[in-house]
Amino acid sequence: MSLLRIDDMHLSFGGVKAINGVSTDVARGRIHAIIGPNGAGKTSLFNCISCVYRPQRGSVYFEDRKITGMMPHQIARLGIARTFQNIALFHHMTVLDNLMLGRHLFLKRGVFFGGIYLGPARKEEIENRKIVEDIVDFLEIENIRKKPVGTLPYGLRKRVELARALSLSPKLLLLDEPMAGMNLEEKEDMARFILDINEERGVTIILIEHDLSVVMDISHRVSVLDFGVKISEGDPAHVANDPHVIRAYIGEDDDFLREPEAH
Amino acid sequence: MKGILAQYDTFPKLLLRNAERLGDRKVAMREKEFGIWQEFTWKEYHEHVKYFSLGLTSLGLSPGEKVAIIGDNRPEWVWAEVAAQAAGAVPLGLYQDSTLKEVSYVIDHSDSTFVVAEDQEQVDKILGMKEQLPKVRYVVYSDPRGMRGYKEPCLIDFKQVENFGRELEEREPDLYTNKVAAGKMEDLALICYTSGTTGFPKGAMLSFRNLLTMATNLMEVDPKFGSDEFVSFLPLAWIGEQMMCLSSALLTGFTVNFPEKPETVQENIREIGPNIMFSPPRIWENMTSTVQVKVMDASRLKRTMYNWALPVGYEYADTIFRKQNPGPLLKLKHRLAYYLVFRALKDRLGLLGIRTASTGGAALGPDVFKFYNAMGVNLKQIYGQTEISGISCIHRDGDIHFDSVGKPIPETEVRISETGEILSRSPSVFLGYYKSPEETEKTLVDGWLHSGDAGYFTGDGQLIVIDRVKDVMHLTDGTRFSPQFIENKLKFSPYIKECVCLGHEQDFIASMICIDYPNVGKWAESRRISYTTYTDLAGKPEVLEIVAKEVEKVNATLPETTRIRRFLLLYKELDADDDELTRTRKVRRAFVGERYRHVIEGIYAGAASIPIDAVIKYQDGKTSQIRTTLAIRNL
Repeated sequence: MSLLRIDDMHLSFGGVKAINGVSTDVARGRIHAIIGPNGAGKTSLFNCISCVYRPQRGSVYFEDRKITGMMPHQIARLGIARTFQNIALFHHMTVLDNLMLGRHLFLKRGVFFGGIYLGPARKEEIENRKIVEDIVDFLEIENIRKKPVGTLPYGLRKRVELARALSLSPKLLLLDEPMAGMNLEEKEDMARFILDINEERGVTIILIEHDLSVVMDISHRVSVLDFGVKISEGDPAHVANDPHVIRAYIGEDDDFLREPEAH
Repeated sequence: MKGILAQYDTFPKLLLRNAERLGDRKVAMREKEFGIWQEFTWKEYHEHVKYFSLGLTSLGLSPGEKVAIIGDNRPEWVWAEVAAQAAGAVPLGLYQDSTLKEVSYVIDHSDSTFVVAEDQEQVDKILGMKEQLPKVRYVVYSDPRGMRGYKEPCLIDFKQVENFGRELEEREPDLYTNKVAAGKMEDLALICYTSGTTGFPKGAMLSFRNLLTMATNLMEVDPKFGSDEFVSFLPLAWIGEQMMCLSSALLTGFTVNFPEKPETVQENIREIGPNIMFSPPRIWENMTSTVQVKVMDASRLKRTMYNWALPVGYEYADTIFRKQNPGPLLKLKHRLAYYLVFRALKDRLGLLGIRTASTGGAALGPDVFKFYNAMGVNLKQIYGQTEISGISCIHRDGDIHFDSVGKPIPETEVRISETGEILSRSPSVFLGYYKSPEETEKTLVDGWLHSGDAGYFTGDGQLIVIDRVKDVMHLTDGTRFSPQFIENKLKFSPYIKECVCLGHEQDFIASMICIDYPNVGKWAESRRISYTTYTDLAGKPEVLEIVAKEVEKVNATLPETTRIRRFLLLYKELDADDDELTRTRKVRRAFVGERYRHVIEGIYAGAASIPIDAVIKYQDGKTSQIRTTLAIRNL
């Protein structure tokens, strides 16, 4: 059953067609990877899903509900969380504060109760802290929970960002290059965390990643974009042998791109 | 204490006593999890042990069988140990950072039929070697994280075992009490595998009598109380940790605290503020070098205060140790130094609540020793072996000598053999090595434990340990020296992490030194010296010079004949995974001598530099080639 459906999406910036008629289905409980050369439109697709951009044509359905045109915070409330290619955290705040901020969406008490930290506000804070501590334990970042994010090495910040996204208790997690700039050991850790999130927490994951060996290892399904067009889709083995994909990565001309309308 | 032993002579009996005596009113254990110190009272501790023990029995564990335990320090580790004992089986601990090869050797050698592993990491080690371990019937894991995909029938969850225990109790309500009552003081309580600087680990068999008499005798001269707090962060497979977490805690009822993660130990110690501590030298050395580096980074005012206070502390400590009365001026100065610097420093290190701290397992450099006593931390040297259940000698309060290891504890005789070897005899001397009678015969002669250490007694009865008998070296001109003594002096430097002194049957003493990567790295950064890896940093001429200064400082304190003449900086750290150190981080000299043979030959052949072409193995099994040149520095 599909959790997210993208239907004939078109997005252009002036004359540049970033996304040109992409449709796909993301099944519930899967790890779905999106790959493609630089500028293929992967991040633009993410931005359309999380409603940062509004596509000119086409729509996105989440749990059979059209979400195109909603505000990003509404999307978050529906259960879609994301991480960014360039880490988006509050660098002067501690890891814990960043994660608690991720829970902000679920806090109902206002400035008054929160300010005096009494009764319901206190109870609410404790409940949410429990959820956050569970994530801290899950991602093994206990030793840095009180460190300001800005003092952490890059690999750990990436992990904190993942934690921040998880603190939204999402059903769908969009990960934009979670392993970029990591060394081998950090990549292995991250791959394990992604698998654990998917399998133990049952979160569906859409993943943009350049490291093809990781993608082929952990994802159930792969979509390949090139110049805003989906040129291939299927299980990793199928995609890896698809001549279109090989051509896209090696850089030869492809009929596929010349006349996209034909497909 | 002796009175208690008459009636409660095994760990499970003592646990039962505490559960009845203290019940839900006192916390037996804490473990930090989810950011909170989770508490377990004596009653809960007892229940977990009871059900796990019955669970093991219902899975077919019969008396006399062995249960191997591997994992970080957590309550489940301790529960599993006492539970195995209550079931009449024999527990044994494995070092959690052991490699596959070491794990499978010990499990196989000990004939373990059950393995209690902490998590996926440890379970993977066992499953990876399953074919070589046909005797293992069950692998129990306590942390189910990441284990969803495992289908092996031998795997079972810790909680599930406890549930089996509950079911068994319903069928046979008196079984546990009867089993506990059947335990005797002479029973084999624990097999403690010693890391050993040579060859394969040996399993020292210890009875409840061994373990409990050692703890009671030690407590007569170094008391511990039920109100004490203790933080358990050293491997539970180590006899020292066994003595604290099991024997002593069960006897007195003090609280054992388990840190959240190995990385949060320092923070967690500070939160608990323990009253008692027992650590090997490397922990104390690490703390000292952290302080030294942090002081370098501190503001000028703080640095000035520290530099004024430390000599005051040294002077005060020295006066006390000479058993003289410090004059009023010194007292005043020390008091001032305490409130200005030492109090805050102790607080930062989590040592503010320490009543008694000890160091053992290897020799601690006199300078580090002095450092803590100057601060007002009551740090004492202990001496002992696994084979004597841990401890045979300790400094008495107010009778501390930097170079001695103190006096024997009650019921313990220590004498020096004709060859200069330290021999000891006490009720705590072990039963023998598991499955190796030849080794036992060599170590245990007429009830005397042969330590293999060279030593002597001073006029006032203090034992001085020189070094391992086989490690004492002599130069070609006949000068005898202890490499460890020089190494400990060198390791006091914040820039030196590890070193190996050479010179046996050579003309002079030389040293191979491993730099302290973080500290030297920091120093290099502050000098704007760029570097990439450990190898690169160790190869910088500036680094060689700063270490040379440190070596010269040490040389100035050594007699003319035993000074270091040449040294070099190694291109990698010595590592237990490469068999260069034991798991308790003692240098395995024979192995290192063999492995770096061409380097050592180069040093003594008078070469100015030595080309290196070596393969480095990383923890994940990957290897990489290293080509570099080691420069040798003459002094």
